[in-house]
Amino acid sequence: MAEIQHFTMNFGPQHPAAHGVLRLVLEMEGEVIRKADPHIGLLHRGTEKLAESKPYNQTIGYMDRLDYVSMMCNEHGYVLAIEKLLGIAPPLRAQYIRVMFDEITRILNHLMWLGAHGLDVGAMTIFLYCFREREDLMDCYEAVSGTRMHATYYRPGGVYRDLPDSMPKYQPSKWHSEKDVRRLNEAREGTLLDFIEAFTDRFPGCVDQYETLLTDNRIWKQRTVNIGVVSPERAMQLGFSGPMLRGSGVAWDLRKKQPYAVYAEMDFDIPIGKTGDCYDRYLVRVEEMRQSNRIVQQCIRWLRDNPGPVMLDDYKLVPPKRVDVKEDMEALIHHFKLFTEGYSLPAGEAYAAIEHPKGEFGVYLVSDGANKPYRVKVRAAGFAHLSAMHEMVEGHMLADVVAVIGTQDIVFGEIDR
Amino acid sequence: MNDRYESLAARIEARFAGVLRRIASNCDELGFELDKSQLLDVCRALRDESGFEFEMLMDLCGVDYLDYGNREWETVEATETGFSRGVTREVILADSDERFDPERFAVVYHLLSLSNNLRLRLRVFSGSDNPPVVPSVVDVWNSANWYEREAFDLFGILFDGHPDLRRILTDYGFIGHPFRKDFPLIGNVEVRYDAEQGRVVYQPVTIEPRTLVPKVITDDNRYEPDLKD
Repeated sequence: MAEIQHFTMNFGPQHPAAHGVLRLVLEMEGEVIRKADPHIGLLHRGTEKLAESKPYNQTIGYMDRLDYVSMMCNEHGYVLAIEKLLGIAPPLRAQYIRVMFDEITRILNHLMWLGAHGLDVGAMTIFLYCFREREDLMDCYEAVSGTRMHATYYRPGGVYRDLPDSMPKYQPSKWHSEKDVRRLNEAREGTLLDFIEAFTDRFPGCVDQYETLLTDNRIWKQRTVNIGVVSPERAMQLGFSGPMLRGSGVAWDLRKKQPYAVYAEMDFDIPIGKTGDCYDRYLVRVEEMRQSNRIVQQCIRWLRDNPGPVMLDDYKLVPPKRVDVKEDMEALIHHFKLFTEGYSLPAGEAYAAIEHPKGEFGVYLVSDGANKPYRVKVRAAGFAHLSAMHEMVEGHMLADVVAVIGTQDIVFGEIDR
Repeated sequence: MNDRYESLAARIEARFAGVLRRIASNCDELGFELDKSQLLDVCRALRDESGFEFEMLMDLCGVDYLDYGNREWETVEATETGFSRGVTREVILADSDERFDPERFAVVYHLLSLSNNLRLRLRVFSGSDNPPVVPSVVDVWNSANWYEREAFDLFGILFDGHPDLRRILTDYGFIGHPFRKDFPLIGNVEVRYDAEQGRVVYQPVTIEPRTLVPKVITDDNRYEPDLKD
């Protein structure tokens, strides 16, 4: 009888640890992976093609839905590309608001990653802890943009509106008693900045809590130490960026090396790993949450002291105020032109890259001078990371595949686009 | 453009004189165009030679220039016939059968040097062959693997020397290359569940193509370099 050595196994696309819709075709020898072939595209929506058929501003909302756990960072990349081609810079206050929300988004993303990674590997509790803090940050999104996830808050020329003076509050209901509501609303009495500040005071303690659950946890270490090791040379060859590159010990962070917005003014450190395994990448991301917290605090201080415009005063790009539209003919015409036709960009091409929570998020924009982009290419960090899946899991056990998917921080919205 | 980029441009022009042609940029980015026959040599040199050291290929993408600069709405004639509603667009740009315009398909590479903190863009036109072919850079930068599969899938550009050129984003058994400008936005087929056959079937699309906002190119003197303050 012929001896069967390898067998093929289908992992996903409906597997809870596949982080969405990853179909992984694994060639196994017993429990050891010999070949991993990820099949992607199950969430392909043709975002880039859709963008070609719409005026520039209508695509901002699609950007939220790329990496749907770090919404505003995606918007930032797209908006920066437009601003680069137009040759404009938003007002300073808008840039601080963007940096603050980029970092809030980074914390949001890393909390989601930490919770899901823990859950994949078998640590249930961490997920609940992470989602407790995520809830507060989602409330910041809601306060500033009206939606909890897909904000469409960044616009070419600034941000949609200034930070609100009051926070939305809980109302007593079937689910929340008067006493609950009083406790829940305690931090919501002041402005949005007060709310975020209270969060940043509390958050380092929360990160300590997460670390007590995982950092020295024997099982966690058994599952992550020396799993999916990537050398710095390979990481560069494979196009890694963000925490995946820093976990391998390469000190590269666009916020420091090619600063955009007001990152040059910020004081923060870049954590890097040593061995390039899953555990190092875990430590890097946890430290990044602490650093993001520092940046948010610096932004709050600046934003308190410096009121000002958050949008450029240029009606060729930015819609005029509603009040003006009712009284001023000029404003009405501008409003009509902007919302029927949009604005045109000069012909040319631009590549804007930002340090997204997952790595380098780049938007390559080709314009032929029209009111719609000629070509938009989104460079998603996760795409390059997932393409290295085979190299990272070859020779590991099946259970380690789950740890590697977790450590790559895979989100299919941005990979499939 | 800052000095570091100017000095890089000078070094590249000295090293690759006659091979790389600079692309004008209106937002201080450095880009060069080259012939596909030179691509691999240039890429190796840019990766390995000191002074360049572009260790990373951050992005690779296809661009289809078929529709570049075409307007969907000629506003000059509007007063005689009224504006079209943009609902029916019968003329969907057609592929020429045998040969393409040599300036139609381009592959754009975005390189990054961590050692020197520099970025560089390269653009290669695929020539007039149908299907278009460009040499693969997978051996130079391994990250090109999936990017080239994507460009093949979406634009039908073949990469000569690629180890495993399969479709990546579109469905199993998909026909056509959806990001080409002559591929309709609504697609060619749609799926529905057929109760009689008891399975999902493909059928030609039933929705009509429409343009919500026509593409308009206005001559905007704000962007004239001479008039910029």
